[in-house]
Amino acid sequence: MKAVLTVVGKDRTGIIAQVSEFLASREVNILDISQTIMQEYFAMIMLVDISSATVALAELSDECVALGEKIGMSIHVQHEEIFNAMHKI
Amino acid sequence: MFNSNEVLETINMVEREHLDIRTVTMGVSLLPCIGATAEKTAQIVYDTVCKKAENLVKVTRDLSREYGIPIVNKRVSVTPAAFVCAPFPEKSALIGKALDDAAKSLGIDFIGGYSALVHKGMADYERKFIATIPEVLASTDRLCSSVNVGSSKSGINMDAVGLLGKIIKQTAQLTKDKGGFGCAKFVVFCNAVEDNPFMAGAFHGVGESDTVINVGVSGPGVVQHAIEGVRGADLSELAETIKRTAFKITRAGQLIAREAAKRLNAEFGIVDLSLAPTPARGDSVAAILEEMGLGSVGTHGTTACLAMLNDAVKKGGVMASSRVGGLSGAFIPVSEDIGMIEAAERGTLNIDKLEAMTAVCSVGLDMIAVPGDTPASTLSAIIADEAAIGMINNKTTAVRIIPAPDKKVGDEVNFGGLLGRAPVMPVHGESSEKFIARGGLIPAPIHSNKN
Repeated sequence: MKAVLTVVGKDRTGIIAQVSEFLASREVNILDISQTIMQEYFAMIMLVDISSATVALAELSDECVALGEKIGMSIHVQHEEIFNAMHKI
Repeated sequence: MFNSNEVLETINMVEREHLDIRTVTMGVSLLPCIGATAEKTAQIVYDTVCKKAENLVKVTRDLSREYGIPIVNKRVSVTPAAFVCAPFPEKSALIGKALDDAAKSLGIDFIGGYSALVHKGMADYERKFIATIPEVLASTDRLCSSVNVGSSKSGINMDAVGLLGKIIKQTAQLTKDKGGFGCAKFVVFCNAVEDNPFMAGAFHGVGESDTVINVGVSGPGVVQHAIEGVRGADLSELAETIKRTAFKITRAGQLIAREAAKRLNAEFGIVDLSLAPTPARGDSVAAILEEMGLGSVGTHGTTACLAMLNDAVKKGGVMASSRVGGLSGAFIPVSEDIGMIEAAERGTLNIDKLEAMTAVCSVGLDMIAVPGDTPASTLSAIIADEAAIGMINNKTTAVRIIPAPDKKVGDEVNFGGLLGRAPVMPVHGESSEKFIARGGLIPAPIHSNKN
């Protein structure tokens, strides 16, 4: 099962490191990353595979929100289907 | 990989524009619950509802976290209780209490279906059932009630319309300490739909299967934001933008509905793609109309803007989902929409204009407070007008009106939460008494003879 993880917030060093370290600790595999800076704001989108993750998607989602609060970014993880449904015909 | 603009657009819709799934409503048939006595039936009703919906709250909470879309309300609708209570109508209140208790055990905010369908005639048991409505609404907290008084196929049952004016007055009196709150849980319909997921008018139609999941999506803020992005565009382009936005919102709803149905062992019913406002700023249908170019909702041009909005929402939704149903359109509840409240306070929005608006949108006169001394016959006449609009135009219309006890024009009733606050609006002083006293049936229109 795949999910989309988004990280948005003010740019600084080490964001990707912190997020990917957290994902590795949950056995979440990163498939693709795209990252941009828009007006000083950091926006990263990751496609991740959660098939062998150690936690269920709902819990992972809560943990991401908590991690976001800890490092001062807005982090969300969502089932990829929501984006397929909303943006593809 | 996803286009990053699309991903960020979805995130923005949720974070800033109040995109949400307004309700996941489980429809439960009560027909298998009818027992030998009212007491026995009440017990079976309670057990059935609690069993069928036991995982409703948990499943919706999980879905909301997994898909990153808030799901605001979890609700249950049941078979119109008048059917279940037919053998013992005087004891209908027991069934009402069982439903209310079930809602509390499940942790859901509303349960709908203390309802009767009397659009062509009112049987004795239905008359007795309807007589229990004020007391039941006053003595329960989460139970919603509705009565269907007319349809395009059968006409309007004016005996029922006359009776319901009195029922509404009684309900207001019995819930006087809460500003007539009981009336906020009671809807009178013409052409009621059997798969409506929205309260207070939701019930589970007898033509439905045993257990069904219906989902109501919302997103006035998302539509408002989308049309802010095309300022200066002509109306065709505006309609196109609204359509595209409605498509996305509905797709999110359909995904949740299918998944919820699967996890709850229920059938996927419909997606209702209504734009349902809340009192929060940025979640208002009035604000959309004003963004289209009106100085205030209620002014000249409002009906045209609303007609276009309603139609564009439907078109986008129909393309997005194979199972569109319910009411599907724009809701215009006065107390639940900050823009409507302000326009009513300014006097720009009055009941006559609202009535015109209901001819082109998906519901009717919704959450309107009128003076407490409004005669029952005037309330009935307001219902008759709305039912006539529905009957002639082959659409659902509804009236949810609160004759606020001891309040006058200019006062306000505050229900709090999602129900918001309603400025007391003036009604015409001239009597409709003799018209209502006639009773009988307004015959179905000529175009109903399609067979």
